[in-house]
Amino acid sequence: MTATAPTRPNQSKAWIKEVALVGGFALVFAVLIPLLIPVSRLQILGRFLSLAIVALGIDLVWGYTGLLSLGHGIFFALGGYALAMNLSLQLPKDVIPEFFGLYGVEDLPAFWEPFKSMPFTLLAVFVIPAAIAGLLGYVVFRNRIRGVYFSILTQAALVVFFNFFNGQQKLINGTNGLKTASAQLFGANVGSEGVQFKLYILTIVLLMGAYGLCRWLTSGRFGRLLIAIRDDEPRVRFSGYDPTAFKVLVFGMSGAIAGVAGALYTVQSGIVSPQYMDIAFSIEMVIWVAVGGRGTLVGAVLGALLVNWARVLLSERFPEVWLFFQGALFLIVVTVLPDGIIGWFRDGGINKARAFLGFPPKSRTFPAVDLDENIQREREMVDAAPPASGESR
Amino acid sequence: MSSPILDIQNVTVSFDGFKAINNLNLSLDPGELRVIIGPNGAGKTTFLDVITGKVQPSEGQVLFKGRNLRNTAEHKISRLGIGRKFQTPRVYFNLTPRENLELSYNRSKNLLSTLFQKPSAQDREELMRLLTIIGLAGKANVPASILSHGEKQWLEIGMLVAQSPDLLLVDEPVAGMTDEETERTGQLLISLAETHSIIVIEHDMEFVRQIARQVTVLHQGSVLCEGTMDQVQNDPRVIEVYLGEPQEEPA
Repeated sequence: MTATAPTRPNQSKAWIKEVALVGGFALVFAVLIPLLIPVSRLQILGRFLSLAIVALGIDLVWGYTGLLSLGHGIFFALGGYALAMNLSLQLPKDVIPEFFGLYGVEDLPAFWEPFKSMPFTLLAVFVIPAAIAGLLGYVVFRNRIRGVYFSILTQAALVVFFNFFNGQQKLINGTNGLKTASAQLFGANVGSEGVQFKLYILTIVLLMGAYGLCRWLTSGRFGRLLIAIRDDEPRVRFSGYDPTAFKVLVFGMSGAIAGVAGALYTVQSGIVSPQYMDIAFSIEMVIWVAVGGRGTLVGAVLGALLVNWARVLLSERFPEVWLFFQGALFLIVVTVLPDGIIGWFRDGGINKARAFLGFPPKSRTFPAVDLDENIQREREMVDAAPPASGESR
Repeated sequence: MSSPILDIQNVTVSFDGFKAINNLNLSLDPGELRVIIGPNGAGKTTFLDVITGKVQPSEGQVLFKGRNLRNTAEHKISRLGIGRKFQTPRVYFNLTPRENLELSYNRSKNLLSTLFQKPSAQDREELMRLLTIIGLAGKANVPASILSHGEKQWLEIGMLVAQSPDLLLVDEPVAGMTDEETERTGQLLISLAETHSIIVIEHDMEFVRQIARQVTVLHQGSVLCEGTMDQVQNDPRVIEVYLGEPQEEPA
């Protein structure tokens, strides 16, 4: 089981610490790393940071709410397509994207029209995935489909979307996808180093934003209710809450986050194609979160970065072993690290490693208990209460 | 007497032809503490499922404060003022007792207020008082998964009280409790009965004797007999189907 950080009223210091930590990491990524590695590598890192954003979305629904989605590729790709359509339309008036000519299409399909507008596109990047996720969620959750059936349904939806996008050459260039690398944005080439660097910084900012949003959603009463839904959904109903509404909202939010991630990934890869809705890719997203640690948020980011970095290292040298490695990784996580890397640390992993190597574990003390005002007040109340309720068990 | 708070009229529940509840009639007055006993499979838990909306009756109706509960979702029934404690303690294991209680205590349970509202200082004090009553003040901030069985039972009763329902449905509250815990649970229920209507389902006859005023015996989905503890205990039909031969009952 995942441990959840208890939130207490006097945790303002912990908040400041966390904000400082997140800000510190962002600065390292935004300032230090660009000094050390060339822009071509930075583009790869930027892609991984985009993937970390979708991992956050998965952690929100899976780690906290217990909904294992195997279809986040849908929302990821929708975000990517929305932005790519806008970029494909950065053309002189009355000129339509080149690929239409290949299929004999002469007029721009009507649903492309609104994507000429940048503000509309920026909204569509997260509103369309959120709406699709919300709708899918509503239908599924209202009918009380849960657990593995939910996972299967999300995967089935993924296959449907994949096949649709793959087959529609005349609408969205089918299996070839939409290329963004040579498109013009504000007078500059999207694939150019300057634009790519700005997109890298934007990715960091949005990753922080997504982290903040997830952190806010999962703390406080709403977050506790998500955990309650994960632990025992029928009980939540009998306490007077309607879990459907909460699950739809959180699934929609997760879809929106995935959409933003997909858009950022697309512009830093130079292409969006139905391959983003490949079944394996959506499962990989889940693996990143499992590796980093479910229900921790930090673990999702860490997992996405680590696994993808390992993939680059390994597949550059031994392209054939990467898939085996990924399978092994998943097996290791499931059997040895069920709570992922972060969960292992929180569970006293260092001590376990010491014990394994034959060192005595460090003794644990809890100074926070004596400093916590609430606990002090409670102790006084317990002492003052009649003996029946004050007994120690 | 005023009109009953709960009125169950000719309710039948059948699962694929098997009648778990068969033409059941029962009414409960406000402020009443009713104990329901019966052998395994008598339909006791299904009876609670019907009241809380988990199962729809095939026939008949359930009236709560005069309102028909048919086709009302579980969470709406809960908000009308019916609280339920399950047979095995159902608490949220990854939340602390304080957080468990807070979720139940919270009055505005819609999406937006759950997102934006924070418990007030007064709420926190009330929760603390409740934690002290259920004896969990010292463990308010540990995960509920590490509580003992008895503590989980008490926590769930606490969650029920926090919800402040008018009608409490309590399914086997003392299962797995020590004698002392059982005794205290009995006292708690009796004191709750001063301000709430309560239905308790229980197997432990010792405990039933401690708290019972009115007892209803269920058998094969219908009411076998109803009355005070003494009446019920001496009813030959009850002895036959449930209590066993008199010599086994040192009453």
